[in-house]
Amino acid sequence: MASIQDIQQDIIDEFDMFEEWMGKYEHIIDLGKSLPLIEEQFKTEDNLIKGCQSRVWLHAQHKDGKVIYTADSDAIMTKGIIALLVRAFSEQKAQDIVEADTHFINQIGLKEQLSPTRANGLVSMVKQMKLYALAFQSQN
Amino acid sequence: MIEVNDIRHQFPTLHQKVNGYPLVYLDNGATTHKPQVVIDAISHYYEKLNSNIHRGVHFLSQQATDAYEASRETIRQHFNAQHLHEIIFTKGNTEAINLVANGFRQILQEGDEVLVSAMEHHSNIVPWQMACESSSAALKVIPMDERGVLDIDSYKNLLSDKTKVVAVNHISNALGTINPVKQMIQWAHEVGAAVLIDGAQAGPHCSIDVQDLDADFYCISGHKVYGPTGIGALYGKEEWLKKLPPYQGGGEMIATVSFDKTTYADLPHKFEAGTPNIAGGIALKTAIDWINHIGLDNIVSYEKELVDYATKELSKIEDIRFIGQAQEKAGVISFLVGDIHPYDMGMILDKLGVAVRTGHHCAQPVMDQFCIPGTIRASFAVYNTKEDVNRLVEGVKKAQIMLS
Repeated sequence: MASIQDIQQDIIDEFDMFEEWMGKYEHIIDLGKSLPLIEEQFKTEDNLIKGCQSRVWLHAQHKDGKVIYTADSDAIMTKGIIALLVRAFSEQKAQDIVEADTHFINQIGLKEQLSPTRANGLVSMVKQMKLYALAFQSQN
Repeated sequence: MIEVNDIRHQFPTLHQKVNGYPLVYLDNGATTHKPQVVIDAISHYYEKLNSNIHRGVHFLSQQATDAYEASRETIRQHFNAQHLHEIIFTKGNTEAINLVANGFRQILQEGDEVLVSAMEHHSNIVPWQMACESSSAALKVIPMDERGVLDIDSYKNLLSDKTKVVAVNHISNALGTINPVKQMIQWAHEVGAAVLIDGAQAGPHCSIDVQDLDADFYCISGHKVYGPTGIGALYGKEEWLKKLPPYQGGGEMIATVSFDKTTYADLPHKFEAGTPNIAGGIALKTAIDWINHIGLDNIVSYEKELVDYATKELSKIEDIRFIGQAQEKAGVISFLVGDIHPYDMGMILDKLGVAVRTGHHCAQPVMDQFCIPGTIRASFAVYNTKEDVNRLVEGVKKAQIMLS
């Protein structure tokens, strides 16, 4: 498994192919469509991160020393960015997730998506991903 | 007649590019832009008048006080209130409702009822919930139908001698529905209830005569009527304003203060504790004068033409559905396209330089009734054009292609 750092770089390279915002957005929409859905049993109120604009469900489990995230959103753009975050953080060691940053979101020109004022649930989602990792880390 | 190009020319913020496109601003329900005269009025206060009001004997203080009080008189005339002291400056619509609802905490008793409508935004729900909680009164909701029209028969049935307050909006921010407030007030008065009309959306879109409506309270926000943020006005009938306790304590609202007892100032100062937003108050007059110079009737008919045109053009989009289809509507078109999430649509429209509001518009119960997460809302002002509408329609079509 590639490191979080490497995956983030891959994503940056992948988005470099698009010169215009429209290409980037279309790519995110495609990613949103391809994100494996969270299992219905995990789409609970407990796993819901409330944003004013769109809602995000996040589930995490610890398996063989790695954290596995599944997630969903009712908005496709949000879901596309979730797909990127899941790609970067899922199946990584808890400690690596705790220590990681999310610079790639800035670098692919989607900084505004991770702004608290967007109220799309993504800022809280990143925080929640890290909290899960921290909890799993302290279990060990 | 509206010369829209002349009007647009007066709004500096409209003349900019957003994401490479000339800005199309259709989020006027949230706040309107300000004409240069309003911006100048704010600067003028800080450049020439800056002084505290109602207390200084010196020249500047007197000038500032005169300008501030002249604004109160303009507001009185604009809403046709009987007395000048029935106009209270607030920091906006939300504060006005809180001021009134807070006062009713002491008047409401267990068993009393407060009626709000199903199409209120949070500012006209939560203050009443808080008042009901602390007084053990009950909050009741006037239902609306699937068109977004209040169920008037249910309203009449809900009214009883238990009803102490009715709080409804004049025009719904989420749906654009114009409510029949004059009739609603009359029926409420027959059971002895006081009525607060939330005029946040009505302020820029219709002429308001508080005496003709016979409203007990009517409030507006300055920033939605081309004025500054942080200033608004509450009209209250003298008898009610005398009955309500002060909202906040401090300077300005007192007659005499000692550690044994403080006596409160007369109206309107009883409700205006502390140094107010003086620049905002003065510039609110400029905004209202500006509206009256153009003429509210002209604004209303021009906006109606725009909304009708937008509705007609948007209707051509496949799978569009309008949320809020009342006969009587103003200023707002709320819609959804297929199963596209409003947030996704808003993101793409933003990239195309078109500013709309997406989400629940601070009216979650409205969205719950329609079982939707939110809507895309285009809301209009007198400076919008048919070209703005065309850009919106093109943007929606483009987003539809990208998202499906």
